Amino acid sequence: MKFAIQINEGPYQHQASDSAYLFTKTALEKGHEIFRVFFYHDGVGNGTRLTTPPQDDRHVVNRWAELAEKHELDLVVCVAAAQRRGLVDDGEAERNGKDATNIHPKFRISGLGQLIEAAIQADRLVVFGD
Amino acid sequence: MSEDIKNFLYLNRRAPYGTIYAWESLEVVLIGAAFDQKVSLAFVDDGVFQIVKGQDTSAIEMKNFSPTYSALGDYDVNQLYVEQESLEERGLSVDDLMHLTWEDEDEDWAEKDSIRVVSRAELNKIIEAQDVVFSF
Repeated sequence: MKFAIQINEGPYQHQASDSAYLFTKTALEKGHEIFRVFFYHDGVGNGTRLTTPPQDDRHVVNRWAELAEKHELDLVVCVAAAQRRGLVDDGEAERNGKDATNIHPKFRISGLGQLIEAAIQADRLVVFGD
Repeated sequence: MSEDIKNFLYLNRRAPYGTIYAWESLEVVLIGAAFDQKVSLAFVDDGVFQIVKGQDTSAIEMKNFSPTYSALGDYDVNQLYVEQESLEERGLSVDDLMHLTWEDEDEDWAEKDSIRVVSRAELNKIIEAQDVVFSF
């Protein structure tokens, strides 16, 4: 089956990203396809490479990045949600005159159309959040 | 892009202010309207407050985005289900809601109501019939 994943909550504050990660990892292991993982609302916070959890805790961001590396996952952060919350890539920094970026290189910032397209293309959209 | 047309339901469950879910849900609806899918919205639980008329946010210094719902008809988003039980549980009736309409191109642009109040049981069936449910 082909899945699209939507994550609506930030890391650590909420378990949504953890559950989505475990779902995605298991689905891939079982031979399913993940069309895209889309981060929305505070979920965009899952995409910052500056995250530094305590060493004895899971690294939510790096874990997604490693899964993406292994399975060529498309990790997309919503641009409108990202702008509000200060998640920045090179293009956004240039456009909005910001002095830094913080997005992890395995994530990309794009529009809400990517979420709609994923919902159309996938057999199932699975939403993680409250 | 696939040529298939899917049934999209946006399930709005939260009050308009307090959290950003309602506003960012509306942003998805507006973007999604360009994709020519069959779109409907449902308002349940505190989500029914999103379309209450006469909203005034001046005292909380938040943007009042409720006028945006009136524009949905122009985006061909004209199936708005409101759950009867959620209204009743909050002491609301359809008279407390904004009068949201759309113009039917096939009937000489006749103005029609977008809002349909449905029971919880009816809404269950509506959700069952969807291909995609965005839950906000």
